[in-house]
Amino acid sequence: MSVDTLNWRGVASSVTVTAVLLAAWAVATHFEWVSPVFLPSPQATAQALVEGLRDGDLLALAAGTIERMFYGWVLASLIGMALGALIGNSPALRTWLQPMLEVVRPLPASALIPVFIALIGLSPAMVLLVIAFGAMWPVLLSTVHGFAAVEPRLAEVAQVLRLSRREFIFKIGLPNALPDALAGMRLSLTIALILAIVGEMLASQQGLGTAIVMAARSFRAAELFAGVALLGLIGFASNALLGAAERRLLRWQR
Amino acid sequence: MAGPVPLQRWRGGVVPLLLLAAAEWGLHGVQSDALAPPTRVLASLWDGLRDGTLLGASAQTLSAAVGGLAIGGGLGLLMGLWLGLARRAAAAAALSVELLRPLPSMALAPIAMLVFGFGYRLELFVVAFTCFFPMLLLTQAAVRSVEPRLLEVAQVLGLSVGERAAKIVLPAALPRVFVAFRLSVGIALVVAVTTEIATNPQGLGYGLIAAQQALAPDRMLALLVWVGLLGWGLNAALLALQRRWFRQGAPQ
Repeated sequence: MSVDTLNWRGVASSVTVTAVLLAAWAVATHFEWVSPVFLPSPQATAQALVEGLRDGDLLALAAGTIERMFYGWVLASLIGMALGALIGNSPALRTWLQPMLEVVRPLPASALIPVFIALIGLSPAMVLLVIAFGAMWPVLLSTVHGFAAVEPRLAEVAQVLRLSRREFIFKIGLPNALPDALAGMRLSLTIALILAIVGEMLASQQGLGTAIVMAARSFRAAELFAGVALLGLIGFASNALLGAAERRLLRWQR
Repeated sequence: MAGPVPLQRWRGGVVPLLLLAAAEWGLHGVQSDALAPPTRVLASLWDGLRDGTLLGASAQTLSAAVGGLAIGGGLGLLMGLWLGLARRAAAAAALSVELLRPLPSMALAPIAMLVFGFGYRLELFVVAFTCFFPMLLLTQAAVRSVEPRLLEVAQVLGLSVGERAAKIVLPAALPRVFVAFRLSVGIALVVAVTTEIATNPQGLGYGLIAAQQALAPDRMLALLVWVGLLGWGLNAALLALQRRWFRQGAPQ
């Protein structure tokens, strides 16, 4: 009971703080403490957001970005998990390949964009490949780790049961690696969104990333803030969805 | 888990060396706008180091990364300490943090471009915003994980909030705070390079894009290798410090 009231109070204070911050934003723009060229009022931002969504312009742009992010992320997750299972499952492959993977991993994915542009050109496929490549690493490495960390006794059980390699991967390895892989996929999703934005900006693909740069260049601050808010919403919603999926998939753990 | 047996260590280097040799052999004498053989990339890296262009660009990128980290990471550290100690404040801030945190860093670059124009301040802003949240959340978690009995001791001794933070909490949370710092350094470098590639015409990131547009694959790949080396070196150095200073108690 006391925990409930504390929680309720926490939520109330949390909402209050956010409301106060929004009010401060409104007051600052109302008295023009900050030039409206740089900082539009929350009302103007909300209006631009609502109008953009009603006209469908903003919706179409958001759809472009979400699609790019999603396909890139799915590709990254599939490749990352497949390669991760392969490498994590074989100690030999691990000794031969893991050091190289550890060296390549910290490379900023965005730094590869120029290389991909040079190889493929400024095309939608280039953006998709950059996203897939950049977002693959967290999934790949965490899957390798998940497979490598299988309890040795489970491996012994598998031996006693005479499970084949494939049965071992699907019945023991994969369930064991799933929590790690999902954690990696969550990180990948964040990276995928950032790379989608950067890729759009550089390759001038139709999407929110390009739209906010155009808005900034032509000093349309309200539209810029509306676009940024929408991107924040996409980040928030996708993360929340994946979190919910993760809890569902990992129910058996508890 | 123990590392690979030293005798087998050399195996990790075999595949990359074979790949490099194959690239050298396959690309030798080939005119390409996208790729160059490793020896030419190495030569270009050496040229860049000798004539100072590479170091100049590195200085621009690193100063933006370090400055942004100092601002954003510093604020995140302070706020993380506060929110870690004061449960009510943490509950009150939760919604605002959760709403702002998922904002993709690069979405802020156009706003910074509008406000500051091109240059250091744009990059500082984006790096600072990005470093703020991991530092805040990891510090908060580190403070929360401080042994409760230590806090009881502080209470019994009648320490003030400031004394509690400086004498008990900070030393106890320091190993994990350092890990947060190490991660933030990596993030700062990546974000600085990304900002330069996407919007800000300075530093290593811009050099990469400029080399691509000038159809100079050797220079482009040399910069890519250099960026990788910088990130890897920084992380390795901080990891060594971490092992030395916090021999036990630090999570990986």
